[in-house]
Amino acid sequence: MLYFSKWKALAILAVSAIICLMVVPSLLSTSAYDSLPHVLQRKIVLGLDLQGGSYIVLQVEAADLRKARLEQLRDDARRVLRDAKIGYSGLNIQGDAVQVRLRDPQDGDAALTQLRTLVAPIGGPMSTSGQMDTTVSLSGDAITLAPTDAGIQARTIQAVAQSIEIIRKRIDQLGTTEPSIQRQGSDRIQVQVPGLQDPSRLKALLGQTAKLTFRLVDTSMSAQQALQGRPPVGTEVLNSQDNPPVPYLVEQRVLVAGEDLTDAQPSFEQQTREPVVTFRFNTNGARRFAEATQANVGKPFAIVLDNKVISAPVIREPILGGSGQISGSFTVQQANDLAILLRAGALPVPLQVVEERTVGPGLGADSIRAGLIASLVGAAAVALFMIATYGLFGVVAVVAVAINVGMIFGVLAMLGATLTLPGIAGVVLTVGIAVDSNVLIYERIREEARAGRSAISAIDAGFSRALATILDSNITTFIAAAVLFYIGSGPVRGFAITFGIGIITTVFTAFTLTRLMVAVWVRWRRPQHVPI
Amino acid sequence: MRLLRIVPDDTHFDFMRFRRISFPISALLSIVALVAFLTLGLNFGIDFKGGTLLEVRYPASSLNMGDVRSRLEALDLGEVQIQAIGNDGEVLIRIAQQPGGEQAQQAVVGRVRAALGEGVEYRRIEVVGPRVSQELLSYGIVGLMMAVLCILIYLWFRFEWQFALGASIANFHDIVLTIGFMAIFRIDFDLTSVAALLTILGYSLNDTIVIYDRIREMLRRYKKMPTDELLNQSINSTLSRSVITHVTVTLALLALVLFGGRAIHSFSVTMMFGVVLVGTYTSIFIASPLLIYLGVSTRANAEKLEKEAKAAKSKAERVTP
Repeated sequence: MLYFSKWKALAILAVSAIICLMVVPSLLSTSAYDSLPHVLQRKIVLGLDLQGGSYIVLQVEAADLRKARLEQLRDDARRVLRDAKIGYSGLNIQGDAVQVRLRDPQDGDAALTQLRTLVAPIGGPMSTSGQMDTTVSLSGDAITLAPTDAGIQARTIQAVAQSIEIIRKRIDQLGTTEPSIQRQGSDRIQVQVPGLQDPSRLKALLGQTAKLTFRLVDTSMSAQQALQGRPPVGTEVLNSQDNPPVPYLVEQRVLVAGEDLTDAQPSFEQQTREPVVTFRFNTNGARRFAEATQANVGKPFAIVLDNKVISAPVIREPILGGSGQISGSFTVQQANDLAILLRAGALPVPLQVVEERTVGPGLGADSIRAGLIASLVGAAAVALFMIATYGLFGVVAVVAVAINVGMIFGVLAMLGATLTLPGIAGVVLTVGIAVDSNVLIYERIREEARAGRSAISAIDAGFSRALATILDSNITTFIAAAVLFYIGSGPVRGFAITFGIGIITTVFTAFTLTRLMVAVWVRWRRPQHVPI
Repeated sequence: MRLLRIVPDDTHFDFMRFRRISFPISALLSIVALVAFLTLGLNFGIDFKGGTLLEVRYPASSLNMGDVRSRLEALDLGEVQIQAIGNDGEVLIRIAQQPGGEQAQQAVVGRVRAALGEGVEYRRIEVVGPRVSQELLSYGIVGLMMAVLCILIYLWFRFEWQFALGASIANFHDIVLTIGFMAIFRIDFDLTSVAALLTILGYSLNDTIVIYDRIREMLRRYKKMPTDELLNQSINSTLSRSVITHVTVTLALLALVLFGGRAIHSFSVTMMFGVVLVGTYTSIFIASPLLIYLGVSTRANAEKLEKEAKAAKSKAERVTP
């Protein structure tokens, strides 16, 4: 147990040193870090609880998606039937399906053929799964189009992917460093933005769908009349964002939508100095906007954002240049954020915030300080106690634990793992537990010596017997840490990581470094008595 | 230099006799813990209950708790807990989950901000919606059970089944007592508490296994020794290690409790109770004596070893006739 070949000894020292040195890049300044070769650019990331920041989980609502899909199906069905000149007496959404009532039951087969063109295989035309996103069935004079669950699920996944892209664009505009945007499960998006002072602004940016449409205002009756009676076909009443809201009667038909914008910038209205958002249409949008404004001079049109009327100006002259401005008594920040939202584009579906955790920079700094003090005090107390109990062997234990801690941080850096406050607690706890392996070894050596073995033979036997126990007892603790890593999130996962790594490095140091140090000492002093 | 020696060499405590005291005590404590859990319930934090938690700080000495309370109560947000912490003008505000789904939770923070006005530092804001809190709770419970199961399977492979069962009973006892402690002292039960429970589990097992390892070793070596005495010797010979490790872990945890900050305070306190007070006691006074009731005995072991030796011998004879 006590013999090490020179090469083996060197290998142990080299591995320990290299792992410890992996922590160095994390300690460098940003510029020095960036100048490192790419392989070495790995460092420990401070968790949001330490550096401050916001953690937000957004969810795509399958119910919203189903509703959107049903509305789309209804509109598509109307278009298809109209194009094929098939008469229908009713077309509406009922429960989880769209129902078409044909005027002439003879048209059944023709209508079925036409409506089947709306069905697409899940996963695109190249998909081999054979599953369809919608079922179409005919009974009597009624045709039912029902989106399948698998189809909705595929759409959810797609919506999450699209939303991630759009959220990324929006957050990039905030100019914060290293935001992280990840899918979580099948229908959630996890957003982590470090170092943000005001989470409410972030939430405002994430929580809005930002679906912008330009539509004509229906002037055939007032909005009040429409609210009391029935709004004309193809129109709806939308409120403005004022307080109290002003209702407008607007057409459902969209002249131009947000997709046709190429740019949006915050700016100031020349005369009133009021903050506005100026925008440019792409060629397609510019053409359609020009046509619509030419045909409707003198009539008001509404600029609608997420079903709220921002403003409803009157068209004074045809707008041919393909650019315009939105004014809506914004503050400077509102104009700025609206421009960001319009540039990034609309989310495919509304997202719900289901979890939010924000730590201010003040608390983060306090936590770092608290973690640091606790670590130092804990380590010092344990070190003093070990040296008082085991003397020189205690020093060996302290050195081993110090290298152990260095290696924990080295591995964290290598993995690019996140260090949280519970993570620091994990390190402190590891210090308490890592010395246990030394205690096990030393106590065993003492026992063997008491049983009458010579010093060297007692040390040898102590190691070989204790190491089996160390392995056994640490594996169980490791299982607990692994389960914790699996179920935990955020800070708790941070604890599981450091604790788990700590257990591995503890076993490693017990088997190699502690043994090596004691072996060197034995060869040097040739002890007659066990010194503990 | 004279070295510190907490436990003298060669102790001969009769731990097995203590079981007549320790078993009833543990049974009583477990019942108290269970009753506390069932009557008082756990003090669920927002992770599991949903709701809003805000930690705000008022600039030096401008904190007026009455004013904060009346402003928040005017919002009519249902159950609101307001608690001053420390002397730096910090206030912890907990607001129960609002009726009306995810969006209603999100509105709370905005209303609180508006009510408290300018000049307040928001140090921490946590909002957990009804769906996430449900999931976190089931994750926590499933995680704990999974951990126990994995460890059991490992022990069963590594030791005899009696040991695995003994360790599990001891472990269950630790968890029950710790949960009772959290219920009685109204310690926040949140995700970090689950982490604490799992760590206590791992740690207490670690301790138990060290002693079990020794018992197994002694069983192989001393085939004639009475079981009581064998268990006693095993505990006595590992006693010094138990105590020393106990001290080092206590020192580390004490540092966390005293200096680790409020964010992990409930974690540290729970660990302190579970590891320091319960874990070590269990390994010595519960887990090891339990083995007697589970049928571990030197005689049974000797018979088993003999049988195995015979089987090996007859096999060897068959191979070389």
